[in-house]
Amino acid sequence: MTERLLTVTDLAVTYRTRHGDVRAVRDVSLHVDAGETVALVGESGSGKSTTAAAVVRLLADGARIERGTVDLLGHDVAHAAPRALKAVRGRLVGLVPQDPTVSLNPVQRIGAQVAEVLRIHGIAGRRGAEVAAVEALRAAGLPDPEVRARQYPHELSGGMRQRVLIAIALVAGPRLLVADEPTSALDVTVQRQILDHLETLTSGTGTGVLLITHDLGVAADRADRIVVMSQGRVVEQGTPDAVLGSPQDTYTRALLAAAPSLRGARTRPRTSPAAKAAPPDPVLEARHLVKDFALPRSAGGGRLRAVDDVSFALPRGRTLALVGESGSGKSTTARLALRLTDPTSGAVLVDGEDVTRTHGERLRALRRRMQVVYQNPYASLDPRWSVERIVTEPLRAFRVGDRTSRAARAAELLDVVALPASALRRRPAELSGGQRQRVAIARALALQPEVVVLDEPVSALDVSVQAQVLDLLAGLQADLGLSYLFISHDLAVVRQVAHDVAVLQRGRVVEQGDVEGVFASPQDEYTAELLSAIPGGRARTTVGGAR
Amino acid sequence: MTRYLAVRLAQALGVLWAAYTVSFVVLYALPGDPVSLMYGGDSSDITPEQLAAVRAEYGLDQPLPVQYVRQLGRVLQGDLGTSVVNGRPVTDLVAEAVPPTAQIAALGLVLALVLGGGLAIVATFVRSRSLSQTLLSLPPLGVAIPSFWFGLTLVQWFSFTFPVFPAVGNKGFSSLVLPAITLALPTGALIAQMLSRSLLGTLHEPWADTARAKGASRTRVHLQHALRNAALPTLTVTGLVIGGLLSGAVVTETVFSRAGLGRLTATSVGAQDIPVVQGIVLFAATVYVLVNLLVDVLYPLLDPRIVRVRRPRPAVAPVPTSSGEPALVGAA
Repeated sequence: MTERLLTVTDLAVTYRTRHGDVRAVRDVSLHVDAGETVALVGESGSGKSTTAAAVVRLLADGARIERGTVDLLGHDVAHAAPRALKAVRGRLVGLVPQDPTVSLNPVQRIGAQVAEVLRIHGIAGRRGAEVAAVEALRAAGLPDPEVRARQYPHELSGGMRQRVLIAIALVAGPRLLVADEPTSALDVTVQRQILDHLETLTSGTGTGVLLITHDLGVAADRADRIVVMSQGRVVEQGTPDAVLGSPQDTYTRALLAAAPSLRGARTRPRTSPAAKAAPPDPVLEARHLVKDFALPRSAGGGRLRAVDDVSFALPRGRTLALVGESGSGKSTTARLALRLTDPTSGAVLVDGEDVTRTHGERLRALRRRMQVVYQNPYASLDPRWSVERIVTEPLRAFRVGDRTSRAARAAELLDVVALPASALRRRPAELSGGQRQRVAIARALALQPEVVVLDEPVSALDVSVQAQVLDLLAGLQADLGLSYLFISHDLAVVRQVAHDVAVLQRGRVVEQGDVEGVFASPQDEYTAELLSAIPGGRARTTVGGAR
Repeated sequence: MTRYLAVRLAQALGVLWAAYTVSFVVLYALPGDPVSLMYGGDSSDITPEQLAAVRAEYGLDQPLPVQYVRQLGRVLQGDLGTSVVNGRPVTDLVAEAVPPTAQIAALGLVLALVLGGGLAIVATFVRSRSLSQTLLSLPPLGVAIPSFWFGLTLVQWFSFTFPVFPAVGNKGFSSLVLPAITLALPTGALIAQMLSRSLLGTLHEPWADTARAKGASRTRVHLQHALRNAALPTLTVTGLVIGGLLSGAVVTETVFSRAGLGRLTATSVGAQDIPVVQGIVLFAATVYVLVNLLVDVLYPLLDPRIVRVRRPRPAVAPVPTSSGEPALVGAA
């Protein structure tokens, strides 16, 4: 019988908002034993992060624990006094927060931030804490820990910062680790390294882990038990095999069906064998694109080659995915293709015509043929405008039609993206993330473009919403003959929607070809690494069997 | 760092030149002859010949560009001209007026920082929501109260009702107190406003939660983590309000009948003593520029993100951004 670290019983948390109380968590019970990793899975709004916050009593202002208990090794965390809480946090339970880029104090050195835990709990003196901090950083897998300890957070990459946060969480040797989406802000390969490392660190010491994630693939790979939450309730829990192999709850099934990392089915329209044999002429072509950026003098000057000799062709009516991690140059390539920025050298061709030096009125005309959908539907829509005004803006900009015909077109476009006509009068804030992205797609389609650049169009959305938006995009491509340039870091998504794929690393195309070929037998080492980093590897076989 | 300083210094000189030029244009190029203004316009006891002689004496018979270049040349040599009221050099007048003003300004600034900063820290720290709200509503009130009224009220209470401090004059430390408090009120209110806003913001940053998750006490999170981050925008505002202290001195010194730069400004403007006014403008601009230069130099010490490269950094990895745009960081 292993020791029970955490017992959450009938927990209920309510947020007080202007529009009345929101019951974020209702009757959640779960437990974590020593040496066990429990994954808490759900979509945004499911209450999983609130549950995690309640375990360390770091709830947002206005949140109140209504009922229930949180028992951490005999300490009643839910009702503990501040002083008692202080002794628990950091010492008995460590927290790895969601976004490493904003979770470290920007004006304090790394070493001091790690050492602070030991100083707070009186575990070590000043010197001892410094030494221990460097050791903790080393254990967290940070290279050159002595140097890093003297640096500031902004001098480290996101992955390195997450390792620092892991060091902070583990330095005092807590019995339980709460990791709230610890890798969702990181690249897949970094994500895998970090999760691997976390596993090694905790398994050796018998530390229990409560892992909060929206990614069933991650949960399947890492957890001993999975707890699925929906609308503030636990809907299912059990071993990964049980939950993923034979889900009992309808929500779990829906979540499973939508998880891109676990589903092999494709959304994209199948191309007929004939079309495959002779691909149509490229509607958009890039030839030897190069883009240099001048580095700021403070960074030592010089130039950074963001895009290095990138060539690709996007055949009409197909989808070409540009895949790569942060800094691979995929977004810059997209901006070059859209002619939003000028290449240092190389050419962009639209329908065989060189448009690299096009400017003025002709460039404006070109804009009608190429539209873009951005990653974040929360940021790319003007919050003060109605949906109708947003969708018809391109029409007004190009003086297409009159007021009546534009209104009609707006209604038509909403219909195309499967939004109700009543949404026309709404503002973005009144819509969900998925609905907003539909509005962004409708706006991109307003001028009937030939090419749509999709810059990470679903990475800000929940998996089930992701699946819906991807289905919509595939349907639109089939109906309207659109060509997509699909920018993504998520190979699982790419596998579903793209016909062709180009893998970018440090500004260069390392591999290019049709999706089946590249995914089945990657030729480049980096591609292989990216593919193996897709979470859910452990579970795919299980799920495949159940399908 | 040297380069950074050199650039800032060049900018500072540019600002001074601009301030001088604008004041020259405003004071000399506007319609109305300075000399006629000085000698009461159409008074008949000065003959046109005498006026012409005075104009020639001040170089006012020359075309404006020539006057400008000449004066600028003199200013560069440290000669700000002479007062038309009492014929004394402007540099002497300003030099005499600065110390008493500097005394109340310095004391006022210290009071403003201590009281304003303290109020902000306490207001954001107390657990009681109503107390916090009450304290947070004080700064806007402080900004809204007119200084002359506040100064007169202080005199009424602490000089007449309870004679603790002298109502007027320049003698001793006790004469500094009431003017300094009067000066500190709007300044401190502004600092309190700024700092409390920043503190409330930084306390909600994710890294503040990281500190709490370490087991840090409220005091520790507040003073060791939030305050230093919140101090950054406040420092900028402090640089700006020091300029405000000089203009505040005009009202304060008038109310308390103190000699000083404020009084000199008021009397010189009243007497249309243009060379003195211009000298004061130049002095105020210099103070302003120096203070902001100091703030710029202090900033990198408080915020490591602003520091210029001083030592080669070991292999800095690119910082991933959410958009996947390559980050232009690193490469030492």
